[in-house]
Amino acid sequence: MRFKAELLNAEEMRRALYRIAHEIVEANKGVEGLALVGIHTRGIPLARRLARFIGEFEGKEVPVGLLDITLYRDDLSEIGHRPQVRETRIPFDLTGKAIVLVDDVLYTGRTVRAALDALMDLGRPRRIYLAVLVDRGHRELPIRADFVGKNVPTARSEVVKVKVAEVDGEDRVELWEKEAP
Amino acid sequence: MRHLLDFQGWTKQEVESLLDTAKVMREVLERPIKKVPALQGFAVATVFFEPSTRTRTSFELAARRMSADVVSFAAQTSSLQKGESYKDTLLTLEAMGVDAYVIRADAAGVPHQAARWVKGVVINGGDGQRAHPTQALLDAYTLLEALGSLEGRKIAIVGDILHSRVARSNAELLPLLGAEVFCAGPPSLLPQSLPGARLTPNLEEALEGADAVMVLRLQRERMEGGLIHLEDYIARYQVTEKRLARAKPTAPLLHPGPMNRDVELAGTLADSSRSLITQQVQNGVAVRMAVLYHLLVGRER
Repeated sequence: MRFKAELLNAEEMRRALYRIAHEIVEANKGVEGLALVGIHTRGIPLARRLARFIGEFEGKEVPVGLLDITLYRDDLSEIGHRPQVRETRIPFDLTGKAIVLVDDVLYTGRTVRAALDALMDLGRPRRIYLAVLVDRGHRELPIRADFVGKNVPTARSEVVKVKVAEVDGEDRVELWEKEAP
Repeated sequence: MRHLLDFQGWTKQEVESLLDTAKVMREVLERPIKKVPALQGFAVATVFFEPSTRTRTSFELAARRMSADVVSFAAQTSSLQKGESYKDTLLTLEAMGVDAYVIRADAAGVPHQAARWVKGVVINGGDGQRAHPTQALLDAYTLLEALGSLEGRKIAIVGDILHSRVARSNAELLPLLGAEVFCAGPPSLLPQSLPGARLTPNLEEALEGADAVMVLRLQRERMEGGLIHLEDYIARYQVTEKRLARAKPTAPLLHPGPMNRDVELAGTLADSSRSLITQQVQNGVAVRMAVLYHLLVGRER
Protein backbone atom coordinates (compact mmCIF):
# COMPACT_ATOMS: atom_id res chain seq x y z
CA MET A 1 0.00 0.00 0.00
CA ARG A 2 1.10 3.55 -0.69
CA PHE A 3 0.74 6.37 1.84
CA LYS A 4 -1.32 9.26 0.44
CA ALA A 5 -2.17 11.73 3.17
CA GLU A 6 -2.65 12.45 6.82
CA LEU A 7 -6.34 13.06 7.44
CA LEU A 8 -6.13 13.93 11.14
CA ASN A 9 -3.21 14.51 13.49
CA ALA A 10 -3.34 13.86 17.24
CA GLU A 11 -4.62 17.32 18.12
CA GLU A 12 -7.26 17.27 15.36
CA MET A 13 -8.40 13.85 16.58
CA ARG A 14 -8.70 15.17 20.13
CA ARG A 15 -10.71 18.18 18.97
CA ALA A 16 -13.01 16.00 16.84
CA LEU A 17 -13.72 13.68 19.77
CA TYR A 18 -14.23 16.63 22.12
CA ARG A 19 -16.78 18.09 19.72
CA ILE A 20 -18.57 14.73 19.36
CA ALA A 21 -18.72 14.44 23.16
CA HIS A 22 -20.48 17.83 23.32
CA GLU A 23 -22.87 16.87 20.52
CA ILE A 24 -23.78 13.63 22.30
CA VAL A 25 -24.68 15.48 25.52
CA GLU A 26 -26.66 18.06 23.55
CA ALA A 27 -28.59 15.43 21.57
CA ASN A 28 -29.36 13.46 24.73
CA LYS A 29 -30.12 16.65 26.71
CA GLY A 30 -27.63 15.64 29.37
CA VAL A 31 -26.21 12.34 30.47
CA GLU A 32 -29.32 10.82 32.05
CA GLY A 33 -29.67 7.20 30.85
CA LEU A 34 -26.65 7.61 28.55
CA ALA A 35 -24.08 4.86 27.92
CA LEU A 36 -21.35 4.29 25.34
CA VAL A 37 -20.53 1.02 23.59
CA GLY A 38 -17.27 0.72 21.67
CA ILE A 39 -16.91 -1.77 18.82
CA HIS A 40 -13.71 -3.85 18.83
CA THR A 41 -10.94 -2.91 18.28
CA ARG A 42 -10.45 0.84 17.99
CA GLY A 43 -14.02 1.79 18.83
CA ILE A 44 -13.32 0.82 22.43
CA PRO A 45 -10.56 3.36 23.24
CA LEU A 46 -12.53 6.01 21.32
CA ALA A 47 -15.64 5.28 23.43
CA ARG A 48 -13.54 5.50 26.61
CA ARG A 49 -12.16 8.88 25.55
CA LEU A 50 -15.62 10.21 24.72
CA ALA A 51 -16.82 9.03 28.15
CA ARG A 52 -13.86 10.79 29.78
CA PHE A 53 -14.61 14.08 27.98
CA ILE A 54 -18.30 13.86 28.88
CA GLY A 55 -17.36 13.10 32.49
CA GLU A 56 -15.06 16.14 32.56
CA PHE A 57 -17.60 18.69 31.42
CA GLU A 58 -20.76 17.16 32.89
CA GLY A 59 -19.24 15.95 36.16
CA LYS A 60 -20.93 12.58 35.83
CA GLU A 61 -19.51 9.22 34.85
CA VAL A 62 -20.92 7.62 31.72
CA PRO A 63 -20.65 3.82 31.57
CA VAL A 64 -18.74 2.19 28.69
CA GLY A 65 -19.30 -1.28 27.23
CA LEU A 66 -17.25 -3.42 24.83
CA LEU A 67 -18.84 -5.08 21.83
CA ASP A 68 -17.46 -7.70 19.47
CA ILE A 69 -19.54 -8.22 16.35
CA THR A 70 -17.71 -11.24 14.88
CA LEU A 71 -20.48 -13.75 15.67
CA TYR A 72 -22.98 -11.43 13.93
CA ARG A 73 -21.08 -10.83 10.69
CA ASP A 74 -23.16 -11.50 7.59
CA ASP A 75 -20.23 -13.05 5.71
CA LEU A 76 -19.13 -15.64 8.29
CA SER A 77 -20.33 -18.59 6.24
CA GLU A 78 -18.47 -17.35 3.15
CA ILE A 79 -15.15 -15.96 4.30
CA GLY A 80 -11.94 -17.86 3.69
CA HIS A 81 -10.49 -17.40 7.18
CA ARG A 82 -11.77 -17.67 10.71
CA PRO A 83 -11.87 -14.30 12.48
CA GLN A 84 -10.88 -14.22 16.12
CA VAL A 85 -13.83 -13.78 18.48
CA ARG A 86 -13.22 -11.26 21.22
CA GLU A 87 -14.82 -10.26 24.46
CA THR A 88 -18.19 -8.56 24.70
CA ARG A 89 -18.72 -6.91 28.08
CA ILE A 90 -21.65 -4.62 28.78
CA PRO A 91 -21.47 -3.87 32.50
CA PHE A 92 -24.89 -2.18 32.62
CA ASP A 93 -28.47 -2.96 31.64
CA LEU A 94 -29.07 -1.74 28.08
CA THR A 95 -32.83 -1.69 28.44
CA GLY A 96 -34.24 1.83 28.48
CA LYS A 97 -30.83 3.45 27.92
CA ALA A 98 -29.68 5.81 25.16
CA ILE A 99 -26.70 4.00 23.69
CA VAL A 100 -23.98 5.63 21.64
CA LEU A 101 -22.34 3.00 19.48
CA VAL A 102 -18.76 4.07 18.75
CA ASP A 103 -16.50 2.95 15.91
CA ASP A 104 -13.42 4.37 14.22
CA VAL A 105 -14.49 4.26 10.53
CA LEU A 106 -17.93 4.05 8.92
CA TYR A 107 -17.68 2.40 5.50
CA THR A 108 -20.20 -0.12 4.08
CA GLY A 109 -22.39 -0.10 7.19
CA ARG A 110 -22.21 -3.88 7.64
CA THR A 111 -20.28 -3.68 10.91
CA VAL A 112 -22.89 -1.31 12.31
CA ARG A 113 -25.73 -3.60 11.18
CA ALA A 114 -24.03 -6.50 12.99
CA ALA A 115 -23.53 -4.31 16.07
CA LEU A 116 -27.21 -3.33 16.09
CA ASP A 117 -28.22 -7.02 15.96
CA ALA A 118 -25.82 -7.82 18.79
CA LEU A 119 -27.09 -4.96 20.94
CA MET A 120 -30.72 -5.97 20.42
CA ASP A 121 -29.86 -9.46 21.67
CA LEU A 122 -28.36 -8.00 24.80
CA GLY A 123 -31.27 -5.76 25.78
CA ARG A 124 -33.73 -3.19 24.50
CA PRO A 125 -32.19 0.28 24.44
CA ARG A 126 -34.49 3.33 24.33
CA ARG A 127 -32.50 4.55 21.32
CA ILE A 128 -29.18 3.96 19.65
CA TYR A 129 -26.92 6.68 18.26
CA LEU A 130 -23.90 6.07 16.08
CA ALA A 131 -20.64 8.00 16.54
CA VAL A 132 -17.65 7.52 14.22
CA LEU A 133 -14.34 9.28 13.94
CA VAL A 134 -14.27 9.05 10.11
CA ASP A 135 -17.12 8.54 7.63
CA ARG A 136 -15.56 7.49 4.33
CA GLY A 137 -18.78 6.79 2.38
CA HIS A 138 -19.59 3.76 0.17
CA ARG A 139 -22.55 2.56 2.19
CA GLU A 140 -24.12 -0.78 1.21
CA LEU A 141 -26.91 -0.50 3.77
CA PRO A 142 -29.21 2.39 4.73
CA ILE A 143 -27.16 3.41 7.78
CA ARG A 144 -25.89 6.86 8.74
CA ALA A 145 -23.91 8.21 11.65
CA ASP A 146 -25.38 10.71 14.14
CA PHE A 147 -21.96 12.08 15.12
CA VAL A 148 -18.98 12.24 12.75
CA GLY A 149 -15.46 13.46 13.47
CA LYS A 150 -14.55 13.97 9.82
CA ASN A 151 -16.28 13.17 6.53
CA VAL A 152 -13.73 11.96 3.97
CA PRO A 153 -14.85 11.20 0.42
CA THR A 154 -12.72 8.21 -0.61
CA ALA A 155 -12.29 5.80 -3.49
CA ARG A 156 -12.84 2.08 -2.87
CA SER A 157 -9.18 1.57 -3.75
CA GLU A 158 -8.21 3.65 -0.73
CA VAL A 159 -7.84 2.58 2.88
CA VAL A 160 -8.45 4.72 5.95
CA LYS A 161 -6.20 3.77 8.87
CA VAL A 162 -7.13 5.06 12.30
CA LYS A 163 -4.33 4.80 14.83
CA VAL A 164 -5.01 5.26 18.53
CA ALA A 165 -2.38 5.56 21.24
CA GLU A 166 -3.93 2.74 23.33
CA VAL A 167 -3.51 0.21 20.49
CA ASP A 168 -1.01 1.67 18.03
CA GLY A 169 1.13 3.94 20.22
CA GLU A 170 0.04 7.15 18.45
CA ASP A 171 -3.06 9.14 17.51
CA ARG A 172 -3.32 9.72 13.78
CA VAL A 173 -5.66 9.05 10.84
CA GLU A 174 -4.07 8.22 7.49
CA LEU A 175 -5.23 7.65 3.93
CA TRP A 176 -3.51 4.90 1.93
CA GLU A 177 -3.85 3.66 -1.63
CA LYS A 178 -4.03 -0.09 -2.29
CA GLU A 179 -1.46 -1.25 -4.84
CA ALA A 180 -2.98 -2.28 -8.17
CA PRO A 181 -2.99 -6.11 -8.42
CA MET B 1 -7.53 -28.04 12.07
CA ARG B 2 -9.89 -29.74 9.67
CA HIS B 3 -11.48 -32.29 12.03
CA LEU B 4 -11.36 -32.86 15.78
CA LEU B 5 -10.47 -36.51 16.25
CA ASP B 6 -7.85 -36.35 19.02
CA PHE B 7 -5.00 -34.00 19.97
CA GLN B 8 -2.24 -35.44 17.81
CA GLY B 9 -0.44 -32.61 16.08
CA TRP B 10 -2.09 -29.89 18.17
CA THR B 11 -0.03 -27.01 19.52
CA LYS B 12 -0.44 -25.17 22.81
CA GLN B 13 -1.34 -22.07 20.82
CA GLU B 14 -4.20 -23.84 19.00
CA VAL B 15 -5.61 -25.15 22.28
CA GLU B 16 -5.40 -21.72 23.89
CA SER B 17 -7.04 -20.06 20.90
CA LEU B 18 -9.95 -22.52 21.07
CA LEU B 19 -10.32 -22.07 24.83
CA ASP B 20 -10.26 -18.27 24.39
CA THR B 21 -13.17 -18.63 21.97
CA ALA B 22 -14.95 -20.83 24.53
CA LYS B 23 -14.64 -17.98 27.03
CA VAL B 24 -16.55 -15.71 24.65
CA MET B 25 -19.14 -18.44 24.10
CA ARG B 26 -19.55 -18.75 27.87
CA GLU B 27 -20.53 -15.09 27.93
CA VAL B 28 -23.06 -15.69 25.13
CA LEU B 29 -24.66 -18.39 27.33
CA GLU B 30 -25.11 -15.86 30.13
CA ARG B 31 -27.05 -13.42 27.94
CA PRO B 32 -30.85 -13.04 28.07
CA ILE B 33 -30.94 -14.29 24.46
CA LYS B 34 -28.45 -17.15 24.42
CA LYS B 35 -28.09 -17.35 20.68
CA VAL B 36 -25.87 -15.88 17.96
CA PRO B 37 -26.21 -16.19 14.17
CA ALA B 38 -22.61 -17.34 13.54
CA LEU B 39 -23.46 -20.76 12.04
CA GLN B 40 -26.60 -19.76 10.18
CA GLY B 41 -26.88 -21.92 7.07
CA PHE B 42 -24.74 -24.77 8.42
CA ALA B 43 -26.16 -28.19 9.26
CA VAL B 44 -24.71 -30.30 12.08
CA ALA B 45 -25.58 -33.98 12.52
CA THR B 46 -25.11 -35.83 15.79
CA VAL B 47 -24.48 -39.40 14.69
CA PHE B 48 -24.50 -41.59 17.77
CA PHE B 49 -23.83 -45.27 17.20
CA GLU B 50 -23.66 -45.61 20.99
CA PRO B 51 -26.22 -44.18 23.44
CA SER B 52 -25.42 -40.91 25.15
CA THR B 53 -27.47 -38.20 26.73
CA ARG B 54 -25.15 -35.46 27.92
CA THR B 55 -22.68 -35.36 25.03
CA ARG B 56 -25.43 -35.42 22.43
CA THR B 57 -27.54 -32.80 24.20
CA SER B 58 -24.51 -30.61 24.80
CA PHE B 59 -23.49 -30.69 21.11
CA GLU B 60 -27.05 -30.13 19.88
CA LEU B 61 -27.54 -27.19 22.19
CA ALA B 62 -24.13 -25.80 21.17
CA ALA B 63 -25.04 -26.02 17.48
CA ARG B 64 -28.49 -24.47 18.06
CA ARG B 65 -27.04 -21.64 20.16
CA MET B 66 -24.94 -20.82 17.08
CA SER B 67 -28.05 -20.96 14.82
CA ALA B 68 -26.99 -24.11 12.92
CA ASP B 69 -29.62 -26.62 11.80
CA VAL B 70 -29.33 -29.85 13.76
CA VAL B 71 -30.06 -33.39 12.64
CA SER B 72 -30.13 -36.04 15.30
CA PHE B 73 -29.28 -39.59 14.27
CA ALA B 74 -29.57 -42.51 16.68
CA ALA B 75 -28.39 -45.92 15.57
CA GLN B 76 -31.14 -47.72 17.48
CA THR B 77 -33.87 -46.20 15.33
CA SER B 78 -31.99 -45.95 12.04
CA SER B 79 -31.44 -47.81 8.79
CA LEU B 80 -28.42 -49.42 10.44
CA GLN B 81 -31.00 -51.80 11.89
CA LYS B 82 -31.88 -52.75 8.30
CA GLY B 83 -28.28 -53.55 7.48
CA GLU B 84 -27.05 -50.21 6.14
CA SER B 85 -23.32 -49.63 6.70
CA TYR B 86 -21.82 -46.75 8.70
CA LYS B 87 -20.34 -45.42 5.48
CA ASP B 88 -23.63 -45.39 3.56
CA THR B 89 -25.39 -43.81 6.52
CA LEU B 90 -22.87 -40.95 6.58
CA LEU B 91 -22.91 -40.50 2.80
CA THR B 92 -26.71 -40.29 2.91
CA LEU B 93 -26.50 -37.52 5.49
CA GLU B 94 -23.86 -35.76 3.37
CA ALA B 95 -26.11 -35.91 0.32
CA MET B 96 -28.73 -34.08 2.40
CA GLY B 97 -26.28 -31.22 2.98
CA VAL B 98 -24.79 -31.92 6.40
CA ASP B 99 -21.64 -29.85 7.06
CA ALA B 100 -20.45 -31.36 10.34
CA TYR B 101 -20.79 -34.78 11.95
CA VAL B 102 -20.44 -35.37 15.65
CA ILE B 103 -19.73 -39.09 15.86
CA ARG B 104 -19.95 -41.29 18.95
CA ALA B 105 -19.12 -44.97 18.56
CA ASP B 106 -18.30 -47.87 20.84
CA ALA B 107 -15.50 -48.92 18.46
CA ALA B 108 -12.24 -46.95 18.43
CA GLY B 109 -11.38 -45.31 15.12
CA VAL B 110 -14.89 -44.85 13.69
CA PRO B 111 -14.61 -41.01 13.58
CA HIS B 112 -11.16 -41.31 11.94
CA GLN B 113 -12.60 -43.61 9.30
CA ALA B 114 -15.60 -41.31 8.84
CA ALA B 115 -13.25 -38.38 8.20
CA ARG B 116 -11.96 -40.28 5.16
CA TRP B 117 -15.49 -40.89 3.83
CA VAL B 118 -17.17 -37.50 4.12
CA LYS B 119 -16.26 -34.05 2.82
CA GLY B 120 -17.66 -32.34 5.91
CA VAL B 121 -16.09 -31.80 9.29
CA VAL B 122 -15.90 -34.73 11.72
CA ILE B 123 -15.87 -34.26 15.47
CA ASN B 124 -15.09 -37.18 17.70
CA GLY B 125 -17.88 -37.39 20.29
CA GLY B 126 -16.15 -40.35 21.95
CA ASP B 127 -14.85 -43.49 20.27
CA GLY B 128 -14.45 -46.70 22.24
CA GLN B 129 -11.67 -46.40 24.78
CA ARG B 130 -9.61 -44.22 22.48
CA ALA B 131 -10.53 -40.55 22.75
CA HIS B 132 -13.13 -38.03 23.90
CA PRO B 133 -11.48 -34.77 22.92
CA THR B 134 -14.34 -32.36 23.67
CA GLN B 135 -14.65 -33.78 27.19
CA ALA B 136 -10.93 -33.13 27.71
CA LEU B 137 -11.31 -29.61 26.33
CA LEU B 138 -14.16 -28.82 28.70
CA ASP B 139 -12.16 -30.34 31.57
CA ALA B 140 -9.17 -28.14 30.66
CA TYR B 141 -11.41 -25.08 30.40
CA THR B 142 -12.96 -25.81 33.80
CA LEU B 143 -9.52 -26.38 35.35
CA LEU B 144 -8.25 -23.11 33.88
CA GLU B 145 -11.24 -21.27 35.33
CA ALA B 146 -10.49 -22.75 38.75
CA LEU B 147 -6.68 -22.63 38.75
CA GLY B 148 -5.85 -19.73 36.42
CA SER B 149 -3.00 -21.59 34.74
CA LEU B 150 -2.10 -25.26 34.34
CA GLU B 151 1.65 -24.63 34.10
CA GLY B 152 3.38 -26.93 36.59
CA ARG B 153 0.07 -28.11 38.09
CA LYS B 154 -0.40 -31.67 39.22
CA ILE B 155 -3.68 -33.17 38.05
CA ALA B 156 -4.72 -36.54 39.50
CA ILE B 157 -7.08 -38.75 37.52
CA VAL B 158 -8.57 -41.58 39.56
CA GLY B 159 -10.50 -44.66 38.53
CA ASP B 160 -10.74 -47.03 35.58
CA ILE B 161 -7.88 -45.62 33.51
CA LEU B 162 -7.59 -48.68 31.27
CA HIS B 163 -11.03 -48.29 29.68
CA SER B 164 -11.29 -44.51 29.86
CA ARG B 165 -11.27 -42.39 26.73
CA VAL B 166 -11.61 -39.36 29.02
CA ALA B 167 -8.33 -40.21 30.80
CA ARG B 168 -6.60 -40.79 27.44
CA SER B 169 -7.71 -37.47 25.97
CA ASN B 170 -6.85 -35.60 29.16
CA ALA B 171 -3.40 -37.22 29.23
CA GLU B 172 -2.91 -35.92 25.67
CA LEU B 173 -4.29 -32.44 26.25
CA LEU B 174 -3.34 -31.33 29.78
CA PRO B 175 0.46 -31.69 29.30
CA LEU B 176 0.13 -29.40 26.25
CA LEU B 177 -0.99 -26.73 28.72
CA GLY B 178 1.90 -27.45 31.07
CA ALA B 179 0.19 -29.80 33.56
CA GLU B 180 1.56 -33.04 34.98
CA VAL B 181 -1.00 -35.85 34.86
CA PHE B 182 -1.00 -38.67 37.44
CA CYS B 183 -3.40 -41.55 36.83
CA ALA B 184 -4.27 -43.86 39.70
CA GLY B 185 -6.44 -46.96 39.77
CA PRO B 186 -6.46 -50.66 40.65
CA PRO B 187 -3.73 -52.59 38.82
CA SER B 188 -6.37 -54.47 36.83
CA LEU B 189 -7.70 -51.13 35.54
CA LEU B 190 -4.36 -49.53 34.64
CA PRO B 191 -2.91 -49.76 31.12
CA GLN B 192 0.71 -50.80 30.55
CA SER B 193 1.50 -47.24 29.61
CA LEU B 194 -0.30 -44.02 28.83
CA PRO B 195 1.58 -41.32 26.89
CA GLY B 196 1.45 -38.01 28.75
CA ALA B 197 0.64 -39.49 32.15
CA ARG B 198 2.34 -41.18 35.10
CA LEU B 199 0.53 -44.32 36.18
CA THR B 200 0.32 -45.63 39.70
CA PRO B 201 -1.81 -48.14 41.62
CA ASN B 202 -1.14 -46.03 44.69
CA LEU B 203 -4.01 -43.57 45.10
CA GLU B 204 -2.27 -41.65 47.86
CA GLU B 205 0.76 -41.00 45.64
CA ALA B 206 -1.44 -39.54 42.92
CA LEU B 207 -3.40 -37.37 45.35
CA GLU B 208 -0.36 -36.07 47.26
CA GLY B 209 -0.15 -32.33 46.63
CA ALA B 210 -2.53 -32.52 43.63
CA ASP B 211 -3.85 -29.18 42.36
CA ALA B 212 -7.03 -30.84 41.06
CA VAL B 213 -8.60 -34.29 41.17
CA MET B 214 -10.61 -35.84 38.38
CA VAL B 215 -12.68 -38.90 39.30
CA LEU B 216 -13.83 -41.33 36.62
CA ARG B 217 -16.98 -43.42 36.58
CA LEU B 218 -16.65 -47.04 37.57
CA GLN B 219 -18.49 -49.01 34.92
CA ARG B 220 -20.71 -51.87 35.94
CA GLU B 221 -19.46 -54.12 33.11
CA ARG B 222 -15.93 -54.01 34.56
CA MET B 223 -17.25 -55.48 37.79
CA GLU B 224 -19.29 -58.07 35.93
CA GLY B 225 -16.20 -58.94 33.90
CA GLY B 226 -14.42 -59.79 37.15
CA LEU B 227 -11.74 -57.11 36.82
CA ILE B 228 -12.61 -55.68 40.22
CA HIS B 229 -14.90 -56.17 43.19
CA LEU B 230 -17.06 -53.25 44.12
CA GLU B 231 -16.36 -53.46 47.86
CA ASP B 232 -12.61 -53.64 47.23
CA TYR B 233 -12.75 -50.67 44.91
CA ILE B 234 -14.74 -48.56 47.36
CA ALA B 235 -12.41 -49.53 50.20
CA ARG B 236 -9.21 -48.71 48.32
CA TYR B 237 -10.01 -46.18 45.61
CA GLN B 238 -13.13 -44.21 46.44
CA VAL B 239 -12.21 -40.53 46.71
CA THR B 240 -13.26 -39.61 50.24
CA GLU B 241 -12.72 -36.49 52.33
CA LYS B 242 -9.94 -38.22 54.25
CA ARG B 243 -8.11 -39.24 51.09
CA LEU B 244 -8.68 -35.89 49.41
CA ALA B 245 -6.91 -34.25 52.37
CA ARG B 246 -3.63 -35.28 50.69
CA ALA B 247 -4.38 -32.94 47.78
CA LYS B 248 -4.00 -29.16 48.02
CA PRO B 249 -6.64 -27.77 50.43
CA THR B 250 -8.47 -25.96 47.65
CA ALA B 251 -8.00 -28.61 44.94
CA PRO B 252 -11.21 -28.78 42.90
CA LEU B 253 -12.96 -32.03 42.07
CA LEU B 254 -14.08 -32.97 38.57
CA HIS B 255 -16.11 -35.88 37.22
CA PRO B 256 -17.13 -36.37 33.57
CA GLY B 257 -20.43 -37.98 34.58
CA PRO B 258 -22.62 -39.82 34.84
CA MET B 259 -21.58 -40.35 38.43
CA ASN B 260 -22.05 -43.39 40.67
CA ARG B 261 -22.59 -41.59 43.95
CA ASP B 262 -20.71 -43.16 46.86
CA VAL B 263 -18.92 -45.58 44.56
CA GLU B 264 -16.01 -43.73 42.91
CA LEU B 265 -16.67 -40.50 44.79
CA ALA B 266 -18.16 -39.82 48.23
CA GLY B 267 -21.58 -38.19 47.76
CA THR B 268 -20.76 -35.46 50.27
CA LEU B 269 -17.78 -34.41 48.14
CA ALA B 270 -19.85 -34.43 44.97
CA ASP B 271 -22.15 -31.89 46.62
CA SER B 272 -19.37 -29.86 48.23
CA SER B 273 -18.14 -26.43 47.17
CA ARG B 274 -15.01 -28.09 45.74
CA SER B 275 -17.05 -29.98 43.17
CA LEU B 276 -16.99 -28.46 39.67
CA ILE B 277 -19.22 -31.12 38.16
CA THR B 278 -22.06 -28.72 37.29
CA GLN B 279 -19.59 -26.17 35.88
CA GLN B 280 -18.13 -28.91 33.67
CA VAL B 281 -21.56 -29.53 32.17
CA GLN B 282 -22.16 -25.78 31.64
CA ASN B 283 -18.73 -25.28 30.14
CA GLY B 284 -19.31 -28.25 27.85
CA VAL B 285 -21.82 -26.29 25.77
CA ALA B 286 -19.48 -23.28 25.47
CA VAL B 287 -16.50 -25.44 24.53
CA ARG B 288 -18.51 -27.29 21.88
CA MET B 289 -19.72 -23.96 20.47
CA ALA B 290 -16.06 -22.96 20.17
CA VAL B 291 -15.17 -26.25 18.48
CA LEU B 292 -17.98 -25.84 15.93
CA TYR B 293 -16.96 -22.23 15.30
CA HIS B 294 -13.28 -23.15 14.81
CA LEU B 295 -14.06 -26.05 12.49
CA LEU B 296 -16.88 -24.61 10.40
CA VAL B 297 -16.23 -20.89 10.00
CA GLY B 298 -13.81 -20.08 7.26
CA ARG B 299 -13.52 -23.58 5.79
CA GLU B 300 -14.06 -24.17 2.11
CA ARG B 301 -17.58 -25.40 1.42
